[in-house]
Amino acid sequence: MIRFLIKGILRDSSKSLIPIMIITIGVMLTIITTGYVTGALSDIVDQNAKLDTGHLKVMTGPYAENKDQIPNDLALLDLSTLIDSLSVNYPQVEWTPRIKFGGIIDVPDANGETKIQGPGLGIALALFSEKSKEKERLSLNKSLKSGRLPEKKGEILMSSLFAEKLNLEPGDEITYFGSSMEGSMVFHLFTLVGTVRFGSPSMDNGTFIVDISDAQQILDMEDGTGELLGYLPYDIYDDVVATEIANDFNDKYTNSEDEFAPVMFTLKQQNNLGSTLEYSQTIISVFIIVFVFAMSVVLWNTGLIGGLRRYKEFGIRLALGESKGRVYSLLLVEATIIGLIGSLLGTALGLGGTYYLQVVGIDVSKYMENATLIMPSTIRARVTPGLFFLGFIPGLLSMLFGTMLSGRGIYKRETARLFNDLEV
Amino acid sequence: MMKRHLLICSFFTLVILPIFSQQKAPSANAILEKVDYNMVSKSQIATSEMIVYGKRKSRTIRSKGYSIGQQKNFTEYLYPEREKGTKMLKLENRLWIYSPSTDRIIQLSGHLLRQSVMGSDLSYEDMMEERKLREIYTATVVGEETIDERATWKMELIAKVEDVSYYKRTLWVDQERFVPLREELYAKSGQLLKTTILSGIKKLDGRWYPTKINYKDVLKDGKGTDFIITSISFNPSIPERIFLKASLKE
Repeated sequence: MIRFLIKGILRDSSKSLIPIMIITIGVMLTIITTGYVTGALSDIVDQNAKLDTGHLKVMTGPYAENKDQIPNDLALLDLSTLIDSLSVNYPQVEWTPRIKFGGIIDVPDANGETKIQGPGLGIALALFSEKSKEKERLSLNKSLKSGRLPEKKGEILMSSLFAEKLNLEPGDEITYFGSSMEGSMVFHLFTLVGTVRFGSPSMDNGTFIVDISDAQQILDMEDGTGELLGYLPYDIYDDVVATEIANDFNDKYTNSEDEFAPVMFTLKQQNNLGSTLEYSQTIISVFIIVFVFAMSVVLWNTGLIGGLRRYKEFGIRLALGESKGRVYSLLLVEATIIGLIGSLLGTALGLGGTYYLQVVGIDVSKYMENATLIMPSTIRARVTPGLFFLGFIPGLLSMLFGTMLSGRGIYKRETARLFNDLEV
Repeated sequence: MMKRHLLICSFFTLVILPIFSQQKAPSANAILEKVDYNMVSKSQIATSEMIVYGKRKSRTIRSKGYSIGQQKNFTEYLYPEREKGTKMLKLENRLWIYSPSTDRIIQLSGHLLRQSVMGSDLSYEDMMEERKLREIYTATVVGEETIDERATWKMELIAKVEDVSYYKRTLWVDQERFVPLREELYAKSGQLLKTTILSGIKKLDGRWYPTKINYKDVLKDGKGTDFIITSISFNPSIPERIFLKASLKE
């Protein structure tokens, strides 16, 4: 019977072409949109984890409350003891300190006076440590635009855009002017050794990188850090594991009387990432529901038109003794087959489009110039296993709903008037 | 008859007498003129201590400042060791800072002058502002209040020039000594930015002058920053060479 129905669908293209086209387009759009949103979200999460939040982050309570102001006077102290204890309790996590600090990068002229200057955000990380994976994590070697990475104290790496603004090239001397942890004035000479492109507009505008030991020295933060980041194995975020570790750690300090006791946060608890992810999931679900509804309405309409066209066919079948229920159920089976064909085509085209957007991406840097959220400058879609199945939900449901609604007319036919209808 | 006398007496006591006995408020301009006389001098040499109250600990920074009028100001930091030898020179609206550790002179201008000085609640602009209030603000007296048992005029000052750090100030001026006892500093949006409490008012060289000012940046946590004048001389003669850039490296 199925083979008979398939033959019917293929041979009589007028009853299947438009529904298949509608389903194909709808499924394709659903897949591309979902793939793009999924890709964008995972890029944002990944970028945030690498550049800012880690999978876990430890800060003092007061620092966390004022995090946006980078209050290094409230930093974590006695860092080595804290790292030792964390490494024993959570050996699967890699712990790495980072210090963020603001200041002015001042470029001197031949007389040692200000030639040009600009405000910048410094990030200090473990560059010199052989055990550290920070260089790989931030893809610093791959992102180098000129020069090399810092290898010894007094060397600085700068975003290429920032260096261009200050007319700097590797080898140039600059002065960092800022405040120490306690607020004292800090002047420190650095040699620019390389420029880098972070791929995040908010960072490319004015970020510079130094080794953590340099920052600890010039900011009077010996054995201290603003933030201690934790990364789970293979740099893959697992919210269940991260939440377990954070809860276990925080339980130990719940009753601490130390105002500066450390507090641990998961990735999802920072930068509104948790609510952003949940919001995006909701958007995807709403998007699919809207698509199913809109396509159902269109297919209902198409079914009604098809029903009119097949008015005689249904009449003859009923006149020959086929029950209304059987005609209706065969119509639904036919709809399922059409839905499957449309979904298959739509999925294939959608996956192709998603793959294209995964490779090429869309450059959003123009719109992100003033963004404070850490976002990649090129947002790429992502082909995930779920996309292979996702399209069948709107594809099949919309066709079935549409046919179920339009096919109700079969039950309104009166057998007594069939021959009259058929003009026999 | 007795009732009528009583009524006239009551009217005189309750209505007429207070009108004549009340001290007549001088004009807002006259108040500001006297405030400016006390607070601003042609030249000044002052040694001061700035106590910055941090969350973990407090720091004291000692400095000596020289100024001529509104345009020239030179400050040398004397203590602690880390700041010793750091010098600042302000000429008009430009500021140079010299760091002995790097032997560099860095110039600050524009929005960078709104940065905090050494983690305190004062910005470079606050340190540099030497203009007479009457020249940059239009003042009105909005009431009278008592602060620390001193009668004050409450005044509202609105900027009449563009290049001003605070668009609006509310000032409580001591009615007897013509020194502000409290100030609230506002942005043009109406947002309160800083408060200051002036105390330790002393008569120095024939003028009333506050020797302690607590600055509080309301956008920051903490107790604010105390600025204490340990010695001051008004209108001394200061050699012009102090205000040359070359003096920064001396």
